[in-house]
Amino acid sequence: MTTKISVRDVQKTFVNDKGEEVHVLDGVNLSVVEGEFLAIVGPSGCGKSTLLNCLAGFETASTGAIEIDGEVVRKPSRKRVFVFQETGIFPWYSVWDNIAFGLGDLPFEEKHEIAMRYIRLVGLEGFEKAYPSELSGGMKQRVEFARALAVEPDVLYLDEPFGALDAFTRLEMRREIVRIWQETGKTCILVTHDVEEAVELADRVAVMTRRPATIHSVLDNPLDRPRDPDDRRFRELKDSIFEILGVERRV
Amino acid sequence: MRLRSIAFAALGFALFVGTWHLLTLGHGVAEVAGPWLTMVGIGEVMAAGHLWKNIVASVFRVSWGFSLAAAIGIPLGILLGWSPRCMMTFNPVIQALRPISPIAWIPIAVLMFGGHGLLSADFSAIFLVFLASFFPIVTATTSAVGSVEQKFIRSARNFGVEGLPFFRRVLVPAAMPQILTGLRLALGISWVVVVAAEMVGVERGLGFQVNDSRNAIRFDHVEAAMVVIAIIGLLLDSGMSRIESAALARRGMSRR
Repeated sequence: MTTKISVRDVQKTFVNDKGEEVHVLDGVNLSVVEGEFLAIVGPSGCGKSTLLNCLAGFETASTGAIEIDGEVVRKPSRKRVFVFQETGIFPWYSVWDNIAFGLGDLPFEEKHEIAMRYIRLVGLEGFEKAYPSELSGGMKQRVEFARALAVEPDVLYLDEPFGALDAFTRLEMRREIVRIWQETGKTCILVTHDVEEAVELADRVAVMTRRPATIHSVLDNPLDRPRDPDDRRFRELKDSIFEILGVERRV
Repeated sequence: MRLRSIAFAALGFALFVGTWHLLTLGHGVAEVAGPWLTMVGIGEVMAAGHLWKNIVASVFRVSWGFSLAAAIGIPLGILLGWSPRCMMTFNPVIQALRPISPIAWIPIAVLMFGGHGLLSADFSAIFLVFLASFFPIVTATTSAVGSVEQKFIRSARNFGVEGLPFFRRVLVPAAMPQILTGLRLALGISWVVVVAAEMVGVERGLGFQVNDSRNAIRFDHVEAAMVVIAIIGLLLDSGMSRIESAALARRGMSRR
């Protein structure tokens, strides 16, 4: 198993609107193996999205190093695609145009073949001419997954991708992302504040502390898929994450 | 629902015309004329054959002034919205010039383009319409580009879409709804300003017709021209809002 992503002693300090320095990340260390599904959980506002933005190259770490395939991350790349919290697909483009967005100057036939392949993969046949406003929240999310996968990246960054969906669609999309991950073998990094989601999806769960954040610990998730949230070991793993987060489970 | 709103609008107009009628009871054409005299006046002006010529002159000036303002204002607004340096350099000047009423520019316009003669009168009116619509267009475009959601910009960078394709495929379409609102606002102001611009030194246009009828002490014809100005203003606005909704309908963002 080769190391895909290595994060070494990353610190991140912002200057906010009032001119104050905000220390967000305080020495984050992490390594991610190729093809792995890693979840990062933590209290809201702890800096997990900041960490993901640094991994994607949208922001740069103040100190420390982020390397992917042995190369320092300096800017965004089509090899590593970001899936946004509330879909980042373009409302002025049809489903087809959105999915073909990252395909650059390929001839039309090739673009069409690729776009249609991923439209089928996410189960949106017949909707290629529809506009995002005509789709449900879950379908928009599928379009975004297809747009990301169409450029054949190595890594998918998922920033609370199911946050804006209703509870039922959220469950459906979780199953969908596991299926896509198993079919394509991408390295996936999921940021979420939903502990159950993390345990259901990930091979390993990294738990972050409050700001300035570090990674408290990384827990292995040995459970076989599909996973049952009522399984004893599922609940035990969830409990131990809640314990690290310092949350009392029983109200 | 549609019938209901038409009924209420008709009621509003009836109240307005009724009040107008009562306030002008017994007036002749040398005073503030009532609705009936104005209606007759519209017929007379149309029969005299000047009306059509004046409408064409005003619409021509607005079309040119507004189109030039859009052609220069939209790219400039995109530049200002996108580049903080351009913004810091040019925005203070634009904001300082913006509160100057286009009417205050009339002497400058006449000096620059000459007051009389067919073409020069057109040039000064076009220049004034340009000024009137340029500032709202630049300001709306600048703020439209500045408020494009970060996730769209990041998505584009993530997929390696940069330079001109980035503007064409992402930034401009994302800013389009607000740009169109700015255009509609600017067209309304243009129509208001062209009438004022035509009051000085021109021999055609609806503004000229207002002024000329006043000089002839025919207030029924002044009001006839005002009614025509209102109707054309409404037509321009509904035309623009049709373009707006057609452009936005596909993305489910249309406002009506």
